[in-house]
Amino acid sequence: MNLHKLSSRLCPTVSKFRHLHIQSSGQQLEAVAVETESTEPNPLSVFRTSEQNPTYHSERHTGQYYTLPPAHIQKLFPHGLPPRFQLQIKTFNEGCVMVRPPVLELISYLKKADYSKPPLRYILYGDIGTGKSMSLSHALHYCYTQGWLIVHIPDAHLWVKNCKELLPSSSRPSRFDQPIQASQWLKNFKITNEGFLSKIKTTQQYVWTKRESTEKGQPLGVLVDQGVNRMKSSSDVVGAVLRELRLQAGGTTEGEGAFKLAVAVDGVNALWGKTSLKKEDRTMVCWCKPEELTLIHNLRKMMKNNWSGGAILTALSQTGSLFKPQSAYLPSELLGEEGFDNMEPFVPVSVSNYNEKEFESCYLYYLERNWLQHPHSRSEEGKKELIFLSNKNPSILERLCAFL
Amino acid sequence: MPLWLIVSATMDAVSSVKLPVRQIYVSSSLWKKNLAAAGPQKFTQEFIDKQVEEFEVGKRHLANMMEEDPETFTQEDIDRSIAYLFPSGLFEKRARPFMKHPEEIFPKQTAIQWDAKGRPFHFLFYTGKQSYYSLLHDVYEKILAIERHQDKMRNKGLFTSDTKQILLTGSRWLLKEEIEENLVENISDQDYMRLIQLMEKLLSMPYCSLEKEFILKFRKQLEVQSSKYEIPALQYDPQGVAFSVADGRRKTAKASITLRDSGSGNITINGRNYLHYFPVLQNRVQLMFPLLFVGMMGRFDIEGSVEGSGHSAQAGALRLAISRALLSFVSEGEVEKMRQAGLLTADPRIRERKKP
Repeated sequence: MNLHKLSSRLCPTVSKFRHLHIQSSGQQLEAVAVETESTEPNPLSVFRTSEQNPTYHSERHTGQYYTLPPAHIQKLFPHGLPPRFQLQIKTFNEGCVMVRPPVLELISYLKKADYSKPPLRYILYGDIGTGKSMSLSHALHYCYTQGWLIVHIPDAHLWVKNCKELLPSSSRPSRFDQPIQASQWLKNFKITNEGFLSKIKTTQQYVWTKRESTEKGQPLGVLVDQGVNRMKSSSDVVGAVLRELRLQAGGTTEGEGAFKLAVAVDGVNALWGKTSLKKEDRTMVCWCKPEELTLIHNLRKMMKNNWSGGAILTALSQTGSLFKPQSAYLPSELLGEEGFDNMEPFVPVSVSNYNEKEFESCYLYYLERNWLQHPHSRSEEGKKELIFLSNKNPSILERLCAFL
Repeated sequence: MPLWLIVSATMDAVSSVKLPVRQIYVSSSLWKKNLAAAGPQKFTQEFIDKQVEEFEVGKRHLANMMEEDPETFTQEDIDRSIAYLFPSGLFEKRARPFMKHPEEIFPKQTAIQWDAKGRPFHFLFYTGKQSYYSLLHDVYEKILAIERHQDKMRNKGLFTSDTKQILLTGSRWLLKEEIEENLVENISDQDYMRLIQLMEKLLSMPYCSLEKEFILKFRKQLEVQSSKYEIPALQYDPQGVAFSVADGRRKTAKASITLRDSGSGNITINGRNYLHYFPVLQNRVQLMFPLLFVGMMGRFDIEGSVEGSGHSAQAGALRLAISRALLSFVSEGEVEKMRQAGLLTADPRIRERKKP
């Protein structure tokens, strides 16, 4: 094949390679990745798949990378991807995500679920650095390609710590607002779901201040703009938006079309953990409880399954969590009693380290991208060293390769 | 009071009244005392003989005290008994009580080298270093003798250049200090180089095997150090899987591991995965190094327990334990290589005490 000759001319250092039969695009090769040190005659087809649509990903594609279209990245993930992955996208000029079994499982559940019933709650859990946030993003991409409305909170921990401005809430006296975070989120929400903003109408009137209010029947876009422009009431706007979406997700109202709602929260254990924000009472300074924050309160309402027509995808996260030991990774440990009771019943999906095939894929991908510069890393011993030092943990492997 | 028992170099309390104050040496070549400058004969030969006699008598007494056979009482037994009878907590081993043969204690001295009329005995006395030059003289004599032998063989027609050569591997030339000790004289570095060059010339000739004993007097055997390590025994599981157990230590951290064969490279430390126990990359590299060096990376399963000190010391202790456990899976040549790589040496560095 022409491609074969081209690549073997371009890779003169190949010592031995296997001749692989290439079938039509999107179909995977069987028994791949046993020969390790080969830059294959067709490197494109070993660890990559040309199947860009997550809807059609299946077990045949496990271990392979698929490219996120740049347009989708901009729209869907203005704030959504893990920061290190964003750096990687910038470096490699493309965003490639590996197809892994937990995500396939999740997507299959999403395909089979009945959307007239209350939403199922899925929790992605696992050790640190095994790929929970990435899996969540992959599943979210699937939802986006299916045309769902995405409510994505990239990291709930950001809302319970390091908040510079904490205002007492305008609507309720015992709560606190976080205007910056709320308006930021509303902006990103607008970018993601632009199409839906004009289609959904509000069901009731919302009064913000004496002079400002949003009437019934206005498109959602107006509501969102209200929150973006007026920082003071942005947290309440968030609550209102979430409420509207909850009411209309099943498509039971007379709106223009039914839509499915995907609520994706990364770091969901923040909702029931502790905060590191202090509130100043008259007598003393003490920690806020999560319930006292408007944003958290509204999110918790979303987590309940008293609505229908969507799915709740969540991932736990220890790295951003407050006051939790590093060894904790199970849902019961990270969510705490209260969180666990609230989230029950849920579908747990476990995410683990790479297995051999996935590791192989990742290694070949980095080689192909010329990310592994050190000559020793291309050899067999180098690969064994990488396996040992990272124990096939995705994030540790990534950090390790970063300085090779 | 018998003088064979010497308590301390600093406390010269055990000096009898009738003898003059003397300096006590242990082994002059180690302490680099100026032998020749000590001058001829601080101690008379009778004095030394008397010391030897007292030593022998004392040895028999000691054997009786320890209820052992006086006939077969060796120097090691003497050392053991003295350590038992006079336990000392001093750190410096040379400061502890010892009992050794007077030959080892009193340095070799030169006898008086001129007769009553002041005429020197040796013909090379006026060179200043008579023993050294007479040694050179002897060596050159031997060279000439070998050349004469060669000529004789040539005349007879029996000259062959592939005669038996002396084996020199595993030994080294005596050091300058050791030669000084033998000659009881100071020699300079250039003198030493000259002597070694002459010996090399002797070795370069065929038929040098005639003078083999003479040459071997100037060579010292080197010990094979890798034979010092005791290899942990290879034990077998009920399933037939081989495993070995070993310990390691570093700076107050103690580690003990079980290395199982036919595994897949899983490492569990104190019940946790090594990735969680050692989040720092450097520690994991330390764990990896013995396996990488021997080339058996994915073969073993390691189960370890470690306690004490900090994370780096624990990693070092585990590394030593892994290297020791690997000894039983590895061949002799590999053991030597590991020793040279420093995998089998326990790191002696400990925390130093606080000083004002």
